[in-house]
Amino acid sequence: MTSLRRRLLRNPIGLGALLFLVVVVLSAVFAPLLAPHDPNTANAYDTLSGPSGKYWLGNDSSGHDVLSRLLFATRLSVTLTAETLVIAAVLGIVLGLLAGYYGKVFEAVGSAATSLLQALPAIVVLLAAKSVLGPSDFAAMAVFGVLIAPAFYRVVYSAVSAVRGELYVDAARVSGLSDPRIIGRHVLTVVRAPVIVLAANIAGISVAISAGLDFLGLGDPSIPSWGGMLNDGFANIFTQPLLVLWPSLAIGLTCVAFALLGNALRDELERAAVPRKKAVVTRQTAAAPIVPDDALLSVHHLSVGYPTANGSMQTVVEDVALTVRRGEVHGLIGESGSGKTQTAFSILRLLPGGGRIVGGSIAFEGRDLAGLSAKEMAAVRGKKIAYVPQEPMSNLDPSFTVGSQLVEPMRIHLGLSRADAKARALELLARVGIPNPRRTYGSYPHELSGGMAQRVLIAGAVACDPELLIADEPTTALDVTVQAEVLDLLRDLQRERQMGVLLVTHNFGVVADICDRVSVMRAGRIVETGPVRSIFADPQHEYTQSLFAAVLSNTEGEGVVA
Amino acid sequence: MSPLLDVKDLVVDYPVKGFRKPPFRALQGVSLEVEPGECVGLVGESGSGKTTLGRAVLGLAPVTSGSIGFQGREIGRLGRAERRALAGDLQVVFQDPYTSLNPSLTIDQILTEPLIARKTGKAEARNRVRELLDAVHLPSDAGQRLPREFSGGQRQRVAIARALALDPRLIVCDEPVSALDLSTQARVLDLFQEIQARTGVAYLFISHDLDVVRHLSHRVAVMYRGQIVEWGAAAEVTVRPQHPYTKRLFLAAPVADPVKQERRRAERRRLETMEVSR
Amino acid sequence: MLRFVLRRLASGVVLIVVITAATFFLLHASGGNIARRILGQEASEDTVVQKTHELGLDRPVLTQFGDWLSHAIHGDFGASWFTSQPVSDAITSRLQVTLELVVGATIVSGLIAVALGVLAATRRGWIDRFVQFLAVLGFAIPNFLVALALVTVFAIHFKVFKPTGYTAIEDDPAGWLSTVTLPIVALSVGSIAGVAQQIRGSMIDALDRDYVRTLRSRGLPESRVVYKHVLRNAGGPGLAMLAVQFVGLLGGAVIIEQIFAIPGLGQVSVGATSQGDVPLVMGLVLATAIVVVTINLVVDLLQGFLNPKVRLS
Repeated sequence: MTSLRRRLLRNPIGLGALLFLVVVVLSAVFAPLLAPHDPNTANAYDTLSGPSGKYWLGNDSSGHDVLSRLLFATRLSVTLTAETLVIAAVLGIVLGLLAGYYGKVFEAVGSAATSLLQALPAIVVLLAAKSVLGPSDFAAMAVFGVLIAPAFYRVVYSAVSAVRGELYVDAARVSGLSDPRIIGRHVLTVVRAPVIVLAANIAGISVAISAGLDFLGLGDPSIPSWGGMLNDGFANIFTQPLLVLWPSLAIGLTCVAFALLGNALRDELERAAVPRKKAVVTRQTAAAPIVPDDALLSVHHLSVGYPTANGSMQTVVEDVALTVRRGEVHGLIGESGSGKTQTAFSILRLLPGGGRIVGGSIAFEGRDLAGLSAKEMAAVRGKKIAYVPQEPMSNLDPSFTVGSQLVEPMRIHLGLSRADAKARALELLARVGIPNPRRTYGSYPHELSGGMAQRVLIAGAVACDPELLIADEPTTALDVTVQAEVLDLLRDLQRERQMGVLLVTHNFGVVADICDRVSVMRAGRIVETGPVRSIFADPQHEYTQSLFAAVLSNTEGEGVVA
Repeated sequence: MSPLLDVKDLVVDYPVKGFRKPPFRALQGVSLEVEPGECVGLVGESGSGKTTLGRAVLGLAPVTSGSIGFQGREIGRLGRAERRALAGDLQVVFQDPYTSLNPSLTIDQILTEPLIARKTGKAEARNRVRELLDAVHLPSDAGQRLPREFSGGQRQRVAIARALALDPRLIVCDEPVSALDLSTQARVLDLFQEIQARTGVAYLFISHDLDVVRHLSHRVAVMYRGQIVEWGAAAEVTVRPQHPYTKRLFLAAPVADPVKQERRRAERRRLETMEVSR
Repeated sequence: MLRFVLRRLASGVVLIVVITAATFFLLHASGGNIARRILGQEASEDTVVQKTHELGLDRPVLTQFGDWLSHAIHGDFGASWFTSQPVSDAITSRLQVTLELVVGATIVSGLIAVALGVLAATRRGWIDRFVQFLAVLGFAIPNFLVALALVTVFAIHFKVFKPTGYTAIEDDPAGWLSTVTLPIVALSVGSIAGVAQQIRGSMIDALDRDYVRTLRSRGLPESRVVYKHVLRNAGGPGLAMLAVQFVGLLGGAVIIEQIFAIPGLGQVSVGATSQGDVPLVMGLVLATAIVVVTINLVVDLLQGFLNPKVRLS
């Protein structure tokens, strides 16, 4: 939190907004000292006059000094805003904490109250309340505080109910911490920042609302208010247009300052994410490498980098050479952070935010993929090179049926008619072992199990008969029994279509099961590559050896099942 | 001598969202016991109920019927205060070392959390934290740092240290090495064994990975659809499984040896065709 | 689907009844002698008592509300205490004017916000920063200030539009346009800001999803990925935000109508509430609640269309 304060002070917009608001509060506090005239003394001889030496900002229609009224009106705005904030925050935060942490009754009450309070526009409710409460701004803004409390409630509730599911809260409970302690230690810390951001925004809104009510002439006319002054100015806009300007500036600047402050606070909170700076890097093309005759894909001196905060590139894949032959399954194995997935994505040219190929070549069917335009690459993807992802559930678009997602690429790449594409999709679904293809064709992704979804994704990958399949941990998210079935399916499809496969995995068992050749990656480089049987029998590199040593041997159980 | 943990006919129902929908039965009458100083492995696939069993023991899942005895005492339906009193003897290590540590607290603050509940003095707590860091082989200056400065394996060591803080008799370990890399996994498993040898703590060790469970456990229970389908000595269950599901599970996990894996695959496919024809 | 609609409809009706009941009791709990207010300070105590009896105010509040409700169900909302005009007459013609403004502003802001949000999310860089800056300003500046500025510049200074008044569309379409353009623009600014921010945020969120990578891996053109898949997934939150803004616009219209002297609900509201005209206030609250419930129902249906999970649950 202290760091948020410090960061805010370094944010020029946030600091400016904060300083302006401090000035506003100070002028409210010291209004009696600062005001050159009594705000309620009417000078009947001097109405609607422009700025002068005696009345710096002029006089209103009743002859009051505009500057003095403006300063005193600030008092009203500041108090009303504080009042609204306190009421809204206390109500919203307390109920939000209770509902988020304990759920049940509090949750039901909270959501019912929220939908009730937000069913009508605030102004309409305030007007209705006014007819009962009379002209007092304080009463009206108290009502507004209640009306806006759901904003706090929702922010707190969602933050708390997210935290409630966190394992560290469970751990604290198992550690024997009492509920108030858990709330204090783990829950309040999460809520604090978003509440402060929200408070800044709500303060701005309540300034606007209270001014709006006074502008409609519903406020107490005996107390100077920005809205009231605006009303007076608007009524005389043809004779003295300046009268509208001063209260407009006061209201507008205060509202904008609150919004900018809230925005700056949120920006600083989100600053955790690395800022994206474009680093200028030119890709170095390597000299023509020697490629085996039957090579389908051959990668040379491939390097992949991500821009860092200071503008330089951080390399995550360095000088990688890799060959996948036709009809061969090539395993790319490594631990997390070894660069194996980045290598796969760079071949597809689908590196996530900011990542780029900074060197080397990717030869595929006589072309260097690294040098293709985005459009040329799109024509290769799906048609020639396909991709099977890791997480089956998150890789299907939740808003479209399985069928439409299968049909779309086939119509683009193969130019099939809708009916032909559908027939082919149904065939594919049957081929990948979906028990009822017609039903699955019309289903949405959330209606499928993980294993089924992965089969659908495999069907989608092979739909246009690609030459090369890039599978990124295709079985990691699946249960072992399902994993075995999916590996069988991949093996059968690969044999039947003579595809080359680049299979990224961290599991030596998977490599042993399905791969012909394997490359071992560590820290962005390939340390060893060769046929699976010889590498498993006799690993040369010490890193490969250490990985094998870490495999928990289960040979004791081998072959005993009868 | 009575077992340390004695679960009998445990049933857990989770309410299902929606009007008058029947609850989901996550555990349908599960029994198992853990002796002092023993490691009991609990294997199963997702949705088998293995995690629910662990959470029920910890008081984090609702017990519908059946009993959970711990040190001869029924703990299935304790109030919050009684639960808290149990913290010294029953602890937990969760799967994901990224979400089981509060990212905004330092390692020191995380490790003193269980000690706060015990009202341990400040100086004593500081000493204890140093001992704990030492016990899990983390540098003693680790305490000032935040979780995000550590790797997955190191974070899991912090989580283990937190579980050890009050010298518990039983630690429920819910997939504690599943999120870790292979080499890290092996080292963390060694740490679990080392701690058990030194302190005599018992583990209820939940995992989807037969190899991990075999490596560590004395006895193993195999769960499938909310029931324990096989239960016995680790050497028996993981080497000569009897139940068809255990056999399938066992053969489905690929081994890191291309020659043996080919044989196992053939064996598995033979078993599958047998099941289909049956 | 039908069950989904019926359930939503039922909860809407419940909400309307709760709101009107709450309003009714609050209005009557205020104490103040209503008959005295209507008749003025000079009226004698006897006439006040008689008026109270005439209005049925001497009966228990619960009976009064039951009475109001049963009449309301039959389409009789009573008459204004001050002008004796039937409430339904006072409201219907004005409701149409207000809805023209609010629906117009919703359409305008929906279209502009989607364009800005998509642009900001897909281009990033300075366009994104510019859109976000506009959004902060648009969110912060109260719409009555925007309206005042518009009147000053376009109506008073350049005389492009009429500063005040309203012409019905069936009388003179061009005149209608000249009277509603400025109010609609003034109303739209804030909701454009809110909806554009929401669209931008959920677009960026959706662009980061795994399935977007997979769609690209299938070789779909980028425009198809963005406009067909990402926008559809980001549309739900954007639509929800538009519905929130609609309710806000309904409130904003009260002030805007005052500035442009447009004979909408706002004028009636301000008059009725400052007088304490209970039947009229009840009618206004009821009309607003019905509009809000209807809009929420429409949005729920659209959400069901966008998101299969909502539709099938």
